[in-house]
Amino acid sequence: MTAETEITPELVAAHGIKSEEYQRVLGLIGREPTLTELGIFSAMWNEHCSYKSSKRWLRTLPTKGERVIQGPGENAGVVDIGDGLCVVFKMESHNHPSYIEPYQGAATGVGGILRDVFTMGARPIAAMNALRFGAPDHPKTRHLVAGVVSGVGGYGNSFGVPTVGGEVNFHARYNGNCLVNAFAAGLARTDAIFYSEAKGVGLPVVYLGAKTGRDGVGGATMASAEFDETIEEKRPTVQVGDPFTEKCLLEACLELMQTGAVIAIQDMGAAGLTCSAVEMGAKGDLGIELDLGAVPVREAKMTAYEMMLSESQERMLMVLDPGKRDVAEAIFVKWGLDFAIVGKTTDDKRFRVLFEGREVANLPIKELGDEAPEYDRPWVEPKPRPVLAAADVPSPRDCGAALLSLLASPDLCSRRWVFEQYDTIIQGNSLQRPGGDAGVVRVDGHPSKALAFTSDVTPRYCEADPFRGGAQAVAECWRNLTAVGAEPLAATDNLNFGNPEKPELMGQFVKAVEGIGAACTALSFPIVSGNVSLYNETHGQAILPTPTIGGVGLIEDRARTARVDSLRDGDVLFLVGRDGTHLGASAYLATIEGREEGAPPPVDLEEEKRHGDFVRGFIRDGAIRTCHDLSDGGLAVAIAEICMASRLGATVEAGEGADHAILFGEDQGRYVVALSEAEVGRFESAAAEAGVPIRRLGAAGGERLSIAGRLDLTVRAMTVAHESWFPSYMSGTVLEPSAAA
Amino acid sequence: MKTAVVLLPGLNRDRDMIAALTTITGKAPLTVWQTETALPDVDLVVVPGGFSFGDYLRAGAIAARSPVMRAVAEAAAKGVPVLGVCNGFQILCEAGLLPGALMRNAALRFVCREVKLEVTNARTRFSTAYRQGQIIRCPVAHHDGNYFADEATLKGLQDNDRIVFRYAEGTNPNGAINDIAGIVNAAGNVLGMMPHPENLIEPEHGGTDGRGIFESALGASQSVAA
Repeated sequence: MTAETEITPELVAAHGIKSEEYQRVLGLIGREPTLTELGIFSAMWNEHCSYKSSKRWLRTLPTKGERVIQGPGENAGVVDIGDGLCVVFKMESHNHPSYIEPYQGAATGVGGILRDVFTMGARPIAAMNALRFGAPDHPKTRHLVAGVVSGVGGYGNSFGVPTVGGEVNFHARYNGNCLVNAFAAGLARTDAIFYSEAKGVGLPVVYLGAKTGRDGVGGATMASAEFDETIEEKRPTVQVGDPFTEKCLLEACLELMQTGAVIAIQDMGAAGLTCSAVEMGAKGDLGIELDLGAVPVREAKMTAYEMMLSESQERMLMVLDPGKRDVAEAIFVKWGLDFAIVGKTTDDKRFRVLFEGREVANLPIKELGDEAPEYDRPWVEPKPRPVLAAADVPSPRDCGAALLSLLASPDLCSRRWVFEQYDTIIQGNSLQRPGGDAGVVRVDGHPSKALAFTSDVTPRYCEADPFRGGAQAVAECWRNLTAVGAEPLAATDNLNFGNPEKPELMGQFVKAVEGIGAACTALSFPIVSGNVSLYNETHGQAILPTPTIGGVGLIEDRARTARVDSLRDGDVLFLVGRDGTHLGASAYLATIEGREEGAPPPVDLEEEKRHGDFVRGFIRDGAIRTCHDLSDGGLAVAIAEICMASRLGATVEAGEGADHAILFGEDQGRYVVALSEAEVGRFESAAAEAGVPIRRLGAAGGERLSIAGRLDLTVRAMTVAHESWFPSYMSGTVLEPSAAA
Repeated sequence: MKTAVVLLPGLNRDRDMIAALTTITGKAPLTVWQTETALPDVDLVVVPGGFSFGDYLRAGAIAARSPVMRAVAEAAAKGVPVLGVCNGFQILCEAGLLPGALMRNAALRFVCREVKLEVTNARTRFSTAYRQGQIIRCPVAHHDGNYFADEATLKGLQDNDRIVFRYAEGTNPNGAINDIAGIVNAAGNVLGMMPHPENLIEPEHGGTDGRGIFESALGASQSVAA
């Protein structure tokens, strides 16, 4: 084998390979690598594909449970929902590409996660997107919001999956690095799940889908580096999405899977052909030999290097049962997609690539794949922040004005401008659309079941205390599923952090993962899939630590669920959980006082579980039909959101205590629920018996939200405040000051 | 009652439409793939919504030239009822079965929300289940629903009572001229509409206002057949 290109230290560095890693390469293959091989190592060993900094910590997460069929390590997690059915889901980031080219970056993020789900044989039934942008007054923010939202919609709407939930937040720490975390879930039969592990020697390896171009060459390596002013030059590393081809690929793959032709299948995501081929071979303890002459290309004169590193979208690789070749090929021809035999499985555990009659790569497949390098990066314990007493936060002169400010703030205002650009009803199964605690989707064809989906994290808390913030993200996710009446099944984590080579930032990661692990264990809510995105920083400024948790819950009887918009005249409102006390790291403190300080609220997981199980029980027996969890903005914001969604007022007594702590405190493990007067006695005695503190808040009715001695606003005034900010901001008519200004 | 749903690559509300027709008629519709050159003998042909051929070139432009759409045109000419929803409406316009065009939404953004429709002609074979002037709820989900036609065409539609649905109560989501949401051809057997009645046909959808269109079309065809 000859290497035409000299492998210089500069070239190695340009591939993101550290010198000690390069020594490891030389040791593994006993010679200098070819350029193609260097590219393959770069693709497989970068942070994005190898999880080399995070693997050690991810292993500590609870990943097993009674219902878990497949945990992390496959394209997506798989959880049993009974009756021979399972839900297949994952969340994945597309942060760097979305900052460089917002529409295509976000679109291909959605495309990638959908492919992860249908590669496993599941038809996608729900999508969510957790989006985080810089301060509203930063010059790039509006452009990024417009592009990302339109890209998410452009892909998901055309593909035909309902977007049923998500998050949108703003903070100056995302100014140079927005976050786009895309979630997708699909439905499959438990006896028809497809995996990526290759089996059998000498079997054909088949390329499916769209043709290979030069787009996205080196994308995964780009996603594993910090940003600086040269990012504009990286635009060609962003892929271009084609949802039409993806929709055809979905239908073709699902048809193909029914024929029994598929032995193993893997989508081509990050690092394209390289990563998919290596993963299939390494998992099956087999070798793979590819002949690039057979790869369908859409550009002339592509080199082996480019073909191996292209991240062209809408492509799959599979190991085929050779007896089914004709039927398989006919399906792809029908859908107008490429079908090409590009290689075979071998028994020597080598990854061999042939091009124009020459061997351009010959590498040990295990070391490239599941035995890639792993680091135990140094980290330091984050410094705890002092607890901020409510007495040290000035009381609002006008509680009503404070509530209106919160409802109209960039982080708490209505996201209608965003979610109306997403098709939320396609497939005809959406029971709860964005705007509530969780999206709820019927299990297609099932007489009673439904699934609930939510995505949560409070980066303010994670910045203040990564352990508590990680635990709180899980708790809030679990709580949101509970609030619609679902039994939380399992979660996926999308861990967005800064540079892991900085011990303080690695410390944030380590503690957040510990917090997530503690909460998942306490709530029996295993992590079944996930993604890590590190190096989210620009000019050395890291993002807020943002471990997004995407949760899935099961509703056995969809006739008995709760919503935020079903409050009826005469309903009695209760607070479940203790009165508010905690203002540290709260939305109130940030929005009204412009301060981001103090420890975040404690998370008592035992209490969280007790309160949640209590609320869910009453939803499931039909007594509670209206429910909302308490999170950002506390009690007053939660009641206001119920009133606005239900277009009905309420008269409330919120109890003794400092006004701002009672109204806006963000103590955890709390809900607002509504029941009919007839259920009140039973509810109160059950709460006493279960040791769950409750407070009778008052009754629903009229056109005003009146909180005794504290505020009195019309529902209409609240709605106007709540609905106005986003459209005004996006149309450029109002430039709101940022939260911290 | 026999129905058929046209299938083209990139359509994605075909499954919603099949589910709706199955629920309403008690029988799954036949499906007709893009390469077919003849339609089965049915009482209603539906061209469903989605993004046929990715909406590339123009929404519906490529689909309108597919073999199956020639078969739809032949059936329509013989008087078979044809319903086009969303992308189906765009395809019918591109195929010349309905006049006018569907341009990008005025806000240049995709829009998915519930709107109000006024039944402006309750005497067509697609709208007899409603009262004249009735206001119904219906969801929309589209990027290119901004109906436009020249003045002479609009006058013809107006004078011949061919506007079946208009966006009502200020809910026009896309800038469509004269609030036009759905129109029929001159013979009255081809309806195109942007909103999605198939997504509002059962209580779990939050309402059943969309059923009337299917019940009208199937009821009418039944009485014609009887």
